[in-house]
Amino acid sequence: MSTPFYVSPEQIMRDKSDYARKGIARGRSVLVMAYADGILFCGENPSKALHKISEIYDRIAFAAVGKYNEFENLRLAGVRYADLRGYQYDRSDVTSRGLANAYAQTLGTIFTESGKPYEVEITVAEVGETPEDDQLYRLTYDGSVAEEHAFVVMGGNADPIAGVLKNEHDPTHDLDAAVRLAVKALAATAEGTESREIAPGALEAAVLDRTRPRRTFKRLTSERLGTILEATA
Amino acid sequence: MTLPQGSTVDAPHGTTIVAVTHAGGVVMAGDRRATMGNIIAQRDIEKVFPADEYSCVGIAGTAGLAIEMVRLFQVELEHYEKLEGNTLSLEGKANRLSAMIRGNLPMAMQGLAVVPLFAGFDVERGEGRIFSYDVTGGRYEEHSFHSVGSGSTFARSALKKRYRDDLSEGDAVRLAVDALYDAADDDSATGGPDLTRRIFPIVMKVTADGLQRLPEDEVAAVVEAIVAARMLNPGG
Repeated sequence: MSTPFYVSPEQIMRDKSDYARKGIARGRSVLVMAYADGILFCGENPSKALHKISEIYDRIAFAAVGKYNEFENLRLAGVRYADLRGYQYDRSDVTSRGLANAYAQTLGTIFTESGKPYEVEITVAEVGETPEDDQLYRLTYDGSVAEEHAFVVMGGNADPIAGVLKNEHDPTHDLDAAVRLAVKALAATAEGTESREIAPGALEAAVLDRTRPRRTFKRLTSERLGTILEATA
Repeated sequence: MTLPQGSTVDAPHGTTIVAVTHAGGVVMAGDRRATMGNIIAQRDIEKVFPADEYSCVGIAGTAGLAIEMVRLFQVELEHYEKLEGNTLSLEGKANRLSAMIRGNLPMAMQGLAVVPLFAGFDVERGEGRIFSYDVTGGRYEEHSFHSVGSGSTFARSALKKRYRDDLSEGDAVRLAVDALYDAADDDSATGGPDLTRRIFPIVMKVTADGLQRLPEDEVAAVVEAIVAARMLNPGG
């Protein structure tokens, strides 16, 4: 029997990270940002059935980029976690921090123990009673968690999009202004390449709106997006 | 869980629920009394609950078990909606509730029965529908109106005499609250409107726009009109 080559743990982890990053970079970006009445989620997604943005619980939603079957798995687990918690205890006992921790454990275990890491990056957002209570958690393929403020951009084209948001994001924007900025940012491209336009039909957008009772999550239809975007011109 | 032979459990019981359909949807109302034997266990209990955006459920029978069943039912409907990305059909929801009632049969055999009334707006058909159940989980679609609970005999008779095909939503609300008044009039376990404490029936209405609980001041106005009419004609 031949002896397998020795590969250092550092090398294994690096290879896994590179693999996951490449997978994530292939997908289109999704952004999550705060606005006056809550949190806006927006991404390029021509499919009307396969969502990248989803409701988890009354005040919590989920956005993901990467491999669909993998983040769909995480989404289902999240909904199960939240509904079970809320039923066992109380609806107010379901928190984004708890959910982010559960995701971090899952992603961390998969990254270290399985041969292939998940090629996903996800954001868990919770809308609070006031803008100060809003919470954004970004989770990466290896299970690391980062608490973010104001906005999160994930996916292949993240840098130019984050550049636009860094300059122009204003958490006191109303929904219309926030949507316009989000679409402008998503259309941003690396310097030196041509600018482009995104049709409302190719967008997926939703909000966690703190003014809504109980279930705060609401999808923005492409008609609604169309009306908002037309108002710019 | 089994009780020793021959023993019974004293637990609060919910009493009368009525539901009435109209052209735009369905209305459900319930009195506010829970009884335990001859004792009024609670005078402001809520027995009509939203099940989801397009349906509601009213409970009669053992209050503790029934409220728990409704809680689980609400979670199941929302859970399905989030996992699948679309809501269950109204029939699907009614069937799910049927299975939950059947699961309670061993308790029902020991006197702890739960008998809900389920009503909702069928988005596909564009109409309000009512489903009643028996303790074995048997599911029966009711047409026009129905009532469950200890005062249901009287409420149903009242509805039978007053129901018409061309009811407006306001008429349906009035009819439902009127039927509860008649139930309270003849059934000691059903609570009438409590004008001194301002405790009024819970009224839910479901239409194409979704479910809405009638605000208390609107219910109060309906109740006061009914009480005023009964001052002149106690039999309604």
